[in-house]
Amino acid sequence: MKLSEIRDLLDARVIVGEDKLDIEITTAFGADLMSDVLSFARSGCLLITGLSNPQAVRTAYALDIAAILVCRGKSLTSKFIETASELGIPILWTKFIMFESCGRLYQEGLTGCIRKTDGIEEKTLVR
Amino acid sequence: MESRKKPLSDEDFIKSLEGVYHIQGRDFVDAGIVSSEVKKSLQGKGIPESIIRRVAVITFEAEINIISYAQQGTIQLFIEPDAVIIEANDIGPGIADIDLALQEGYSTADDSIRELGFGAGMGLNNIKKFSDVFELTSDVGQGTHLKSIVKLSG
Repeated sequence: MKLSEIRDLLDARVIVGEDKLDIEITTAFGADLMSDVLSFARSGCLLITGLSNPQAVRTAYALDIAAILVCRGKSLTSKFIETASELGIPILWTKFIMFESCGRLYQEGLTGCIRKTDGIEEKTLVR
Repeated sequence: MESRKKPLSDEDFIKSLEGVYHIQGRDFVDAGIVSSEVKKSLQGKGIPESIIRRVAVITFEAEINIISYAQQGTIQLFIEPDAVIIEANDIGPGIADIDLALQEGYSTADDSIRELGFGAGMGLNNIKKFSDVFELTSDVGQGTHLKSIVKLSG
């Protein structure tokens, strides 16, 4: 699914990355705890989060996450937007809550970047 | 007789030292910036992206720990022919019970750390999980020393 389709499905606003709306995204990870993201998310996924601080952007950058969707209409600081622009991470912003955001995207074919936290050889998670 | 265990000479130490990053305790605004800088400095050197991601995660959690608990600290990054090494040293309260600190979910974090999206007692576990070699020692009342080795062979 293209980033532009994710924008359309969630009535989202593009905050950073108008030039990257053509990138293809097939998986996602949703969390507000960045240690969980660092532990379990995989490169190339969409990060769905209610955390709108520079640390969310830096977490995405560390893992080569494709884009961030800020849900629940969280307010965005200029520091957050500046960091995303600097590190080249596209930011979408929606007023849908996380459950609705995830559900609508899953329905259209996006899947979790991992299914469960067990049964997976741990170090493969960031590969 | 050659031994791979011999300590690095000063010359070798300087040769493999890629960067030294100073971190101020309680400087929450820029938390994570060292991880981003470390990642940038590893790119374009022929190191696999998957290895760089692991180093970035380890550095991120180590940086958050220094900011959260120590007065100040440093992260040193070394690139050796077969591994990337991250060393984090801080001046701070130290860790009285390392086994307890390594228990997933154990945390002494306050709200300012949790607001950043951390402080759930996962940081040290994440560092250990993404390291090939993990060493953690502490002198209570003085500080904590962390060494993490990520082998290039994975």
